[in-house]
Amino acid sequence: MENERLTFTDRMIKGKWIGKLLLIAIALLAIWGIGNKAVHNPQLFIQQIINGLQLGFVYALIALGYTMVYGIVRLINFAHGDVFMVGAMVSYFAVGSFHLHQWPAAVFPGLPMFVSLLIGTLSVILLSMATCALLAVTIERIAYKPLRNAPRISALITAIGVSFFLEYFGALPFVFTPNFITYKRPYDIITWYLKDGFHRLEAGKAPPQGSILISNNLLIIILVTVILLLSLTYIVQKTKVGKAMRASAYDKPTSRLMGINVDGIISITFAIGAALAGAAGVLYATAYPQVFFWMGIIPGLKAFIAAVLGGIGSIPGAFVGALIMGQAEVLAAGYISTPMRDAIAFSILILVLLIRPTGIFGEPEREKA
Amino acid sequence: MSKKFLLITTLIIVASLVLGACAPKPTEAPATEAPAATEAPAMTEAPAATEAPAATEATAGTLKIAILAPLSGSVPTFGVSTRDGALLAIKEWNAKGGVLGMQVEAVVEDSQCEADPAVNAANKVIDQDGVKYIVGEVCSKASIPVSEIAEQKHVVQISPTSTNAQLTLNTDGSTKQYVFRACFIDPFQGTVGAKFALDNLKAKKAFILFDQGNDYVRGLAEAFEKAFTDGGGQVVGKETYTSQDTDFSAILAKVAEAQPDIVYLPDYYNIVNLVTAQAKEKGITAPFMGGDGWDSADLDKKAADGGYYTNHYSPDDTRPIVQDWVKNYQAAYGSVPDALATLGYDATNLLLAAIQAAGVNDPEKVKDALAAIKWDGVSGTITFDQFHNPIKSAVILQVKDGKIVYVTTVAP
Repeated sequence: MENERLTFTDRMIKGKWIGKLLLIAIALLAIWGIGNKAVHNPQLFIQQIINGLQLGFVYALIALGYTMVYGIVRLINFAHGDVFMVGAMVSYFAVGSFHLHQWPAAVFPGLPMFVSLLIGTLSVILLSMATCALLAVTIERIAYKPLRNAPRISALITAIGVSFFLEYFGALPFVFTPNFITYKRPYDIITWYLKDGFHRLEAGKAPPQGSILISNNLLIIILVTVILLLSLTYIVQKTKVGKAMRASAYDKPTSRLMGINVDGIISITFAIGAALAGAAGVLYATAYPQVFFWMGIIPGLKAFIAAVLGGIGSIPGAFVGALIMGQAEVLAAGYISTPMRDAIAFSILILVLLIRPTGIFGEPEREKA
Repeated sequence: MSKKFLLITTLIIVASLVLGACAPKPTEAPATEAPAATEAPAMTEAPAATEAPAATEATAGTLKIAILAPLSGSVPTFGVSTRDGALLAIKEWNAKGGVLGMQVEAVVEDSQCEADPAVNAANKVIDQDGVKYIVGEVCSKASIPVSEIAEQKHVVQISPTSTNAQLTLNTDGSTKQYVFRACFIDPFQGTVGAKFALDNLKAKKAFILFDQGNDYVRGLAEAFEKAFTDGGGQVVGKETYTSQDTDFSAILAKVAEAQPDIVYLPDYYNIVNLVTAQAKEKGITAPFMGGDGWDSADLDKKAADGGYYTNHYSPDDTRPIVQDWVKNYQAAYGSVPDALATLGYDATNLLLAAIQAAGVNDPEKVKDALAAIKWDGVSGTITFDQFHNPIKSAVILQVKDGKIVYVTTVAP
């Protein structure tokens, strides 16, 4: 038996090299094709890279939740995309119905517009994050915890069930309604163009040919994502909770013996992941201003792929994977073919996984004793 | 062990599938066939024999018109509007002394926007009530089965609103002799849109965005492209997307690069909201244009500001016939008529005018009169092409300062 398996793996490795060469050739061809067009119009290429960044940063926030939860309980939490949807919806109602973003202006009328809007927007994001964290902890307690020792497939099916529940509960007329809702941003969009300096684009005017556009939306997305990412890294690397998380991810029974409340740590992990998804929901809705009850499915799926691409379980991996996904999608749409954008994005996943089966930052699974 | 287990489970699954597939068959088959066998004679022969004399008697004093509309089911508001429009037309004809000296009597049936109830209603009005003219149905999926009956029983049918091309066409591509429609079919809007862009907006370069997976959107986009290039314009770019896309930044960067005079986006309001909102951020100042898919209360009027779309009718149209219609409808029902009420009204008027023109109460003659008619309707001056689709004008509306305003009426 042992012999047979060895030769089989051998053959796989030999066969794989031909496949790998072929895939690398295809990738080089695509890069050459894009590069060729990019050189002809570098301004459009930079614009597309910026567009891809905006998408990638949002994917990163969602992907982190997938990767953290997987790292600690080995569960692919398919309800994560719907938690993202809830985050977007909460912010919609906070802004549209309760005008939460205007509280700083009401309480401190002396504040400059910019500061009060920034604080208002951040409080909307914080509210979404808190709601999502609470929701995720509840889901974890009700749906996942009882299945902690059940076969992994049961937990996976439960996650899919929770996903459907959130979607169709959200679609009820007295919850979020099944309609496409136009999202109301807490702030107005301001666009700047980069050509012979940095100018503000006036509403209703076209920028001069050959300029690069940057919007305040993009800056907010990057700012919020970077802040959250740095705080997350700090929590995981420097705090006691983070240490406990890493320990639980590595070996739960031993962690328990060392006095770590593993159940509590798992809840915290779910809460942090969901809070990031909630923030992502708000940012996504401000960038693509429409919310509806299954808006979480596709971004959730793509972020999941980003997490796998980066190496599921790895936090920097999720970030890098998400940025690659964002670029792949936008460059595919911009230079190859729009209807093929998802097909191309998914092909990249297959390509990377063929070369590195555990993802870019993933470590080969260690067998536990 | 495991192999045996697998074998047993497979056997159980296969057995349950076979049994499961067989079991319902004997019970289901009679359920569907038996009523057909028992009801068919009852519906087609018996009443025809008894009611036929009654029907001919009726021609002396009254002319019966059936109105098939979905008054219940998924789209009851469509049905109510259509019925109200049709009834108002009949009332006006009666007030003027009727058609060929006969008073017109409406037979209203609820056809639920579904094939079965619509077929039952059509059989009922033809066989029991002796009706020879049908206005309806609203939905294509109900109108098409009714059209088969109309064709078979030589009853003239005019659907106010069904846009599916198959309504007036046989499977071999020939035109159904007795079936007409009062609304234009989808691609026609693309043609009118292109004409408006060329003549009124003086656009020379157009960019087309469309969802490849949606027949309605693709039909409009193709018609627009053809009409725009035939009219001397240039299509500087064409991009497709899927209905699940939310990030249009890559496509819009290309649109901005191409600097078109107009961007044609004939999709539904939800996509229009997303695209136009992102286009504003990308500094695209060219106006967007679309079709009646934009016509929704949920259209984001701030994002789509400055955009144009084609539609069947506008209550703000200044033509006297439109203003009279709006006034009369408001007097009768207390609200501004929508497109469905207008098309219901036009369809009924077309039919009654054709009967008047034919001079006899005979569907054979009436169908020929209808095919040759030229009628000034609320939704434009209507004539029919060889496929019994109306050739008429469309209105152009603009989204402006949070309101929908009437711009002009464009004849093809």
